[in-house]
Amino acid sequence: MGIRFILMVNKQGQTRLAQYYEYLTLEERRALEGEIVRKCLARNEQQCSFVEHRNYKIVYRRYASLFFLVGVDNDENELAILEFIHLLVETMDRHFGNVCELDIMFHLEKAHFMLEEMVMNGCIVETSKTNILQPIQLMEKTS
Amino acid sequence: MASTTSSIMDTLFQRTLEDLIKGLRLQIIGESAFISKALDEIRREIKSTDSHTKSNALQKLSYLSSLHHFDMSWAAFHVVEVMSSSRFSHKKIGYHAASLSFSDSTPVLLLITNQLRKDLTNPNNEFEVSLALECLSRIATTDLCRDLTPEIFTLLSSTKIFVRKKAIALVLRVFEKYPDAVKVCFKRLVENLDSTDPHIVSAVVGVFCELTSNDPKSYLPLAPEFYRILVDSKNNWVLIKMLKIFAKLVLLEPRLAKRIVEPVCEHMRRTGAKSLMFECVRTVVSSLSDYEEAVKLAVVKIRELLLDDDPNLKYLGLNALSIVAPKHLWAVLENKEVVIKWLSDEDPNIKRESLRLVMAMVSENNVVEICRVLVNYALKSDPEFCNEILGSILSTCSRNLYEIVNDFDWYVSLLGEMSRILHCQQGDEIENQLIDICMRVRDVRPELVRVGRDLLIDPALLSNHFLYRILSAAAWVSGEYVEFSRNPFELIEALLQPRTNLLPPSIRAIYIQSAFKVLIFCLHSYLLQRESTASSYPDTSALSELASKREMPEGSDSATFKAPSHSEQDEVFNPRVSNQSFEELSVGNGGDRTISHGQTSTPVTSENSFTYEAVVNHLNLIELALGPLTGSHDVEILERVRNLLCFIELIKGEVLESLVQKEENLNSAEMKSSKIIKLMSDAFSEELGPVSVSAQERVPIPEGLVLKENLNDLEMICGDIQLPSSISFSLVSNHYEEGVGASLPDLQSKEELEPPSEATSLLAEHRKRHGLYYLSSEKNDIVANDYPPANDPKLRDNQNNDTEDLVKLTEQLLVSKKRPNQAKPRPVVVKLDGDVVPVSAKRPGPKDDSLSGAVQEVLLGSDTRTSTSRSNPSDKSSSKRKGKEKLITDPSFELNDNLGDAEKLDHENPSSRRSKHRTHGKERRHKSPGKIREEREENGQKEKKKSSHRHARHKTRQRADVPLNVVSETPVIPDFLL
Repeated sequence: MGIRFILMVNKQGQTRLAQYYEYLTLEERRALEGEIVRKCLARNEQQCSFVEHRNYKIVYRRYASLFFLVGVDNDENELAILEFIHLLVETMDRHFGNVCELDIMFHLEKAHFMLEEMVMNGCIVETSKTNILQPIQLMEKTS
Repeated sequence: MASTTSSIMDTLFQRTLEDLIKGLRLQIIGESAFISKALDEIRREIKSTDSHTKSNALQKLSYLSSLHHFDMSWAAFHVVEVMSSSRFSHKKIGYHAASLSFSDSTPVLLLITNQLRKDLTNPNNEFEVSLALECLSRIATTDLCRDLTPEIFTLLSSTKIFVRKKAIALVLRVFEKYPDAVKVCFKRLVENLDSTDPHIVSAVVGVFCELTSNDPKSYLPLAPEFYRILVDSKNNWVLIKMLKIFAKLVLLEPRLAKRIVEPVCEHMRRTGAKSLMFECVRTVVSSLSDYEEAVKLAVVKIRELLLDDDPNLKYLGLNALSIVAPKHLWAVLENKEVVIKWLSDEDPNIKRESLRLVMAMVSENNVVEICRVLVNYALKSDPEFCNEILGSILSTCSRNLYEIVNDFDWYVSLLGEMSRILHCQQGDEIENQLIDICMRVRDVRPELVRVGRDLLIDPALLSNHFLYRILSAAAWVSGEYVEFSRNPFELIEALLQPRTNLLPPSIRAIYIQSAFKVLIFCLHSYLLQRESTASSYPDTSALSELASKREMPEGSDSATFKAPSHSEQDEVFNPRVSNQSFEELSVGNGGDRTISHGQTSTPVTSENSFTYEAVVNHLNLIELALGPLTGSHDVEILERVRNLLCFIELIKGEVLESLVQKEENLNSAEMKSSKIIKLMSDAFSEELGPVSVSAQERVPIPEGLVLKENLNDLEMICGDIQLPSSISFSLVSNHYEEGVGASLPDLQSKEELEPPSEATSLLAEHRKRHGLYYLSSEKNDIVANDYPPANDPKLRDNQNNDTEDLVKLTEQLLVSKKRPNQAKPRPVVVKLDGDVVPVSAKRPGPKDDSLSGAVQEVLLGSDTRTSTSRSNPSDKSSSKRKGKEKLITDPSFELNDNLGDAEKLDHENPSSRRSKHRTHGKERRHKSPGKIREEREENGQKEKKKSSHRHARHKTRQRADVPLNVVSETPVIPDFLL
């Protein structure tokens, strides 16, 4: 499973979105998020975006006040994951219009919905912004 | 009635998720209080009969669980209720909650099978289908997969792309949980590879990438399809996945490499996307490293990455270099400057990568320079990275018994230098290496003693608790090899300095014991010196005289001197004598050795040092320093202090007296104290040698010896005694074995020479009767040939010397021009059989044998035959074999039977598969004898199937080496000594 989890964490270390593609208990999740946040948020802009953690890698990228952290298997292509993060941000930007942390907080279910369109079972299945947003727009229209 | 009103009230005044989030942000009453209040509300609301209220409550609960880690397993049943809601928006909340909170052990999973089936087959709403697929991909269990396989199969050829791609991604989990689904779904999955829709191809390639990474062998037959996608696809994401697949496949089938190397290079040259370019580079360096041109191109690209300003690319460049390093070191050397430059990068990850690379460059030619550079970096670095540097120096230099270290004097002083670095926390490792080197490398001991002295004498070091282990090693070395010391009295002072009270008791005990050894040495030297000055050679320096005397043991001379002749007798039984020149003997050769190493110490100074005053002073010093410790609470300290003080008590009187009588009673070597001193000195000069860890295993177990008796009672008594941790050798005096070795030939020769007297005939009689308890004298030689006694220094050193000589010779021939500066040859490093066991990391076998088996069945088309065995897992292996046989006869098979054979061998025995990585090449090579052998092997394999895994692995290796004697190997004796 290429992607193991996707986290969005703000500058203060509060988790804003957590999506796991393997089952972890709540305790494991709490510990993992704590460790990762400590590791990644301490790094500065001049340092690289890849951190080895336990038996996998974390590829992260910061947009404004929000860190996007993706845990991937060791042989995953780091640069491709960076591109994936960028695509995710662009997609949300297109939907929310100048997306910010609050958008994700108050529309968590939409953010999840987009992720579900993009990633399934740890594999990236959709990379077209239009296709990703289509179901959400349809849903908004009907409700 | 009351419940309905309350539910209406709930609905009207229920907090929405948005309210909850707002409340959390305001935090008027504190987060935890607010959340617990909210949870109380949720508990109430979720029981509501109104579906809106219920789903809303569940949504809030999911939020709190996902982001604030609150348990929601108690609401599992409510999740199921919401999932079955008819409104999509509620259903969505339910499904999301399920995929968030359900695990394999959630009991209500049994209830959702029908709901999922209903949603999966919903013809009108593809979004509901998608919800169910998404949820399944996270929570599917074996049962769910088995029950829903038909529905998923249908969806795999759905006309709606939106649904089909999700079904494809789900298949990955279904295969993992329920391998039998392969028989149903695999063909359709493969068909999707040919789809014209890029989304479908992308999804299916992702699935195959994951499948291949777990078990590449099963997917080799799909190589043509993969190749087509690799060449045709324009989608970078797909190409990256494809490259990952081929990186795995190529390792199994070299001919594939030839085909793909060109397309890969083409992509590398033409693509503008760094991610794809890097993937090409990684594929080339990891899997196509035999193709010179491709590697060269990749190295050019790596260099571009290394020189880029982007830290990400820098890191990846270093990463790729470290993959290429083992096979193409030139690539690293070419970029040496850059790599070393990044050692001081501000990103610890980049620093670590470049450190790894620098260590990969180390060879015996440059180890000195590189270590110099690294130690300088360590001095400048933060504590963490400093220790990483030191750790990697230590592990690299000690690799394979200090393979790359030629100059041990240098290395030992480097160890000393490293200990003094402020942040050094490598005490344990340095301690181990100091002692290890001391045991193995005889020539380095003088330098080691010097380094140890420098460490011991510095009172500042005693305040750094990271250094205690190193100091204990230094203390031990100084005590054990005190004869190399320039000034033993100085050592006594250092070992007893007041600040040693900072040391932990265990290490302090070592200090005291070492002081004891040094003292004995001093006293002994003092005695020898006195005797020799009183002898017929008063004009020469005493110690060197003694040493020279031992080199030429002329009978007349030695007879007059009791002490030297005594030690001569010692030497006959001394292990060192048998294989070492006399020069390297213990006492009195200190001067010679130090001179030969170009140090300033001269015999004159050592002569002067053992004056009467010095001895008495130091006896007093010891008494003074250790006196207070007789009340110590630590037994180790107490014991040693008592020993030492009692010893001083014993000799002090007579030593003082001897001064008075000095002139008259010169020949009073019979003096009690000098006898004691000699005795002690002999005891301490006994050499400690390394013993192979496997030495014990070589001793045959005598008949009648019960080793497996239940000793539980013992455990109760001494349960708290801990077993010693695994040290690579144990410190055991080799005196015992020496004694046996020396006395045996002695006995034999006597038997041969003397006519059998009554005593010997009695002995022979006894021997005959109790032959069991004697070492068999006749077979001794043969046995020795087979299993050299672990600690037989003669044998060991001879072998070593031979090989060393050869090595030296070739070295001189080859390298003499290249390295004229290497002044001295590499000293002998004692090696034991048990030492170098090349432990190749065991790769875990593919975890789902049943999955790969199923995949292969489907791919190689033997469904009809195996259908009977479907329900019987024990038949699986046989059905697999049938599949294989068909494969060999199948002419249409792409990669012909060469591959088939190799696969077949690997598949005969599930356990033999583990050894595949090691034996693959060999099996390929031995292929030619053909099918007869395979048949035999199959028989052999069947018979041995039940033997242990370890055994089977051993067999596989043997089979590869000696193909034809498999059948004769039937007696199954597990070889635990391997």
